[in-house]
Amino acid sequence: MFGEWSYMAMLGFVLIASWWLEFAFKLRVLRNPKRLFTTLVLVSPWFIAWDAYAISLGHWFFDRTQMTGIIGPMNIPLEEYLFFILIPIAAVLTLDGVTKVLPIVRSWLKRPARLVNK
Amino acid sequence: MTYTGLALFAIITVLLVELMVLKTGLLKKIEFYLAYAIVVFFQLLTNGYLTGREIVLYDSESIIGLRIAFAPFEDLMFGFALVVLTMTVWTKLQMVEENRFPISKE
Repeated sequence: MFGEWSYMAMLGFVLIASWWLEFAFKLRVLRNPKRLFTTLVLVSPWFIAWDAYAISLGHWFFDRTQMTGIIGPMNIPLEEYLFFILIPIAAVLTLDGVTKVLPIVRSWLKRPARLVNK
Repeated sequence: MTYTGLALFAIITVLLVELMVLKTGLLKKIEFYLAYAIVVFFQLLTNGYLTGREIVLYDSESIIGLRIAFAPFEDLMFGFALVVLTMTVWTKLQMVEENRFPISKE
C-alpha cells in the first residue's frame, strides 16, 4: 500500500497515536527531554544490540521493497533504529497518560455511586 | 540461541532489574497494567501490520511457531521486556528527579 514507505507508515502511526497525549493531558514527557533522553540511552542500546544479533543470525529479516533501504550501523535498517526511539516514547506517554487520567476517572466513578461505594 | 530463548532471558533480566535493582514498585501499580494493556493492543495492531504484510519475516527455526495477529508470540515477549524496562527506568528517573527537587505532588 505504501511501497517502500510501508514500515515508515507504521512508525508514523505510532508517532501520531501517542504524541497527542502529551498535549491533551498536559504530560511532561516530550517536554522533559533530559529525562526522556536518559531513558532512551539506558534502554534502547540493549534492544538495538539484540536486533543486530538477531539480524546477523537470521532470526528475522526484512522485505527491502517495503522499506526505504537506508541501512545504519550493524546492518540495522533506519526504520528499526526509529522503532527503538518511538516505541519507548509511546510506552512512557501511555504510562504517564494513564497515571494522569486514572484519578479523574476514579472521581467520576465515585460521584454518582454513593450508595454502591462503601 | 533461538529468538524464544533470548526473549525469555530478556524478560527475566528486565524483571530482575526492576525487582532487585531499581525497585520502583512499578509492577505493583494498577497504572502499569492499564498502560501495558493499551500498549499491547497497539502492538498487536502495528506488529500485525508489519508481519501480516510481510515487511518483517521470521526464521521458523528460531521461533516456537505460535502466532498471534500474524506475529510470533516471541514478539510479545520482546515487547514486554522493552516496555517494562522503559517504564521502570522512566519511573526511577522521576524518583531521582523528585528527590533532588522535593516538590510533593501527591
